Amino acid sequence: MPVKRVFEGSVDYVQVMDKDGKVDKSLEPKIPNETLDRMYRLMVQQRTWDRKCLALQRTGRMYTYAPCEGQEAISVGASQAVSNNDWIFPTYRESFMYHIRGAPLYMMNLIWMGLEEGLKLDKKYRAFPLAIPIATQHPHAVGGAYALKLKGEKAATVVFGGDGSTSEGEFHDAMNFAGVLQTPTVFVISNNQYAISVPVKWQTASETIAQKALAYGFKGIQADGNDILTVYKVVKDAVDSAREGKVPVLIEFITYRMGAHTTADDPTKYRSDDEVEYWRERDPITRFQGYLKEKGIWNEDYEKEVQEEAKKLVEEAVQKAEDYKADPKDMFRYTFAHMTKDLEEQMKEAFE
Amino acid sequence: MKMHMAQAINTCLFQEMERDESVIVMGEDVGIDGGVFRVTEGLYKKFGRPRVIDSPLSEAGIVGTAVGMAALGLKPVAEMQFQGFVYNAYHHLVQHAARLRNRTRGMFNVPLVLRLPYSGGIHALEHHGESLETIFIHFPGMKVVCPSSPYEAKGLLAASISDEDTVLYFEPKRLYRAFKEDVPEERYEIEIGKAHKVKEGNDVTLISWGAMTYVSKGAVEDAEKEGISVEHIDLRSLAPCDWDSIHESVRKTGRCVVVHEAKKTLGFAAEISARITEKDLLSLEAPIKRVTGWDIIIPYPKFEEYYYPDQKRILKAIIETARF
Repeated sequence: MPVKRVFEGSVDYVQVMDKDGKVDKSLEPKIPNETLDRMYRLMVQQRTWDRKCLALQRTGRMYTYAPCEGQEAISVGASQAVSNNDWIFPTYRESFMYHIRGAPLYMMNLIWMGLEEGLKLDKKYRAFPLAIPIATQHPHAVGGAYALKLKGEKAATVVFGGDGSTSEGEFHDAMNFAGVLQTPTVFVISNNQYAISVPVKWQTASETIAQKALAYGFKGIQADGNDILTVYKVVKDAVDSAREGKVPVLIEFITYRMGAHTTADDPTKYRSDDEVEYWRERDPITRFQGYLKEKGIWNEDYEKEVQEEAKKLVEEAVQKAEDYKADPKDMFRYTFAHMTKDLEEQMKEAFE
Repeated sequence: MKMHMAQAINTCLFQEMERDESVIVMGEDVGIDGGVFRVTEGLYKKFGRPRVIDSPLSEAGIVGTAVGMAALGLKPVAEMQFQGFVYNAYHHLVQHAARLRNRTRGMFNVPLVLRLPYSGGIHALEHHGESLETIFIHFPGMKVVCPSSPYEAKGLLAASISDEDTVLYFEPKRLYRAFKEDVPEERYEIEIGKAHKVKEGNDVTLISWGAMTYVSKGAVEDAEKEGISVEHIDLRSLAPCDWDSIHESVRKTGRCVVVHEAKKTLGFAAEISARITEKDLLSLEAPIKRVTGWDIIIPYPKFEEYYYPDQKRILKAIIETARF
């Protein structure tokens, strides 16, 4: 036979709960009520904090900020699905995840207030410092996973990225290395439909981002990124299997960035109100509310209490961040382990 | 017509695309969005997708593809959204764009223009305030130009697009909308490789380019009030550099201050100082002074004013040099 098929592959789409709240019982993850409660609180806290950051930026109390409204299910769901031993590698749109991992929230404010101290992250949080250049975290997470594997730690790395990041060479380098080195890495791509203004159709000619994994020798899954139950389940399955020494996994979450790319961006230039409205109806927090109501967790009093708790947390963080006194001389002190004589002199000149 | 620098660049791109259909514009968000600084605004609407490409998010992809486009007959004017993201495209610049002419003994060339918004002082995020001229000037085969005004911006870009070699066109972000000036409607070119004398003077030569020319102008005015006559030279073109104008001025004044926002060590001021000492040592009345960024990672926006040279630091250097 001169022609034979040498490769076949497919990608599944996973959705635990649909937009109207119908749950597929065969896929429904068993999450203790205590965790469900925590997940909801974190989502509300993230949104409250996010909206506060936008308000702070508009009144000149913060510099450029990258909002995350609409994508809370991914950062919260994923962070609850990983264990404390796993390492996460967030993007700049997921800075709230450092707080979920234990870092005080005011530090996230510091990042966007233009202070390096915001990333002075204790390694115990097992969260890699975010980076502004796109896609650089992907290979770092693969290398990190290799380090964990070699040290005999039962842990995986979970790396986040946007649809735009899959166009950078680094994403492909990382996927290839992960496949070849069989590292315990879970790639989480938040396909929020746009990289600043550029739509996914101009980012890739692939039907899905998930299918790119097949070319690197491992599994790719597409899933509903606005359903936190889906996110929890898919990430948990992936990270559990990665941790057990099995192959890496790529997960493409379909989601939407409700706000601008950053406070410097005007999304009305490239997308319609109808489109935004379509996604507003799929809001991850509202959808989760319905589920929690069924479970007897959510009611209006509960909502009020959760909102107040979030508001208090955010106000305290803002206060603490605005009271924070950083020493500008620190811009010199961390260049090397020990400051050189030349830098000592330059520092003196800079602050004379 | 009075326009600011972003408009001047935009007008130039329109004119160049109209007169030469091989000119194409490519980069992240340059189409529908009109660029994050709105410098390419309206081009997509006028010329459409074949010639205005909202590219995938890949700097290496943009520059690598542009090298191929340029070598095979197009005139790509590509954009790095911010200069701080150029590093993974550097490979294609130094290994290919800069070399193809030499490697083929002139059979191939790469007439590519890469627009790189550079400079800081606008409280932008990390990697958004770099000034990376050194790494490009150091490598032969690429031209580096940097306008400091709307008039220069239009003429230098037109010249860059006409050029047969790769030209890196540095756009000082903080000057995009800082001021307006008269810019001719008709097409004109400013010769690459020629400096511009911003102001005649006798006591000290001050050399700057791009955003620092704007900042230095204030310091020069302050120095005049102190009774120091400053000759201010705006280089416009860093590679090739107009060494003759520098030597001529320093021989007259005997004193020189060089200002740039890039780091001190191996910043272009180091080369300028070396050239002056090689040729004009006996004319010098004072050590050449550099006012530069420090040899550190550019700080996050909160404290960036400690990093970038400001009017005060430049004035101090002028006074110290004049009164040495």
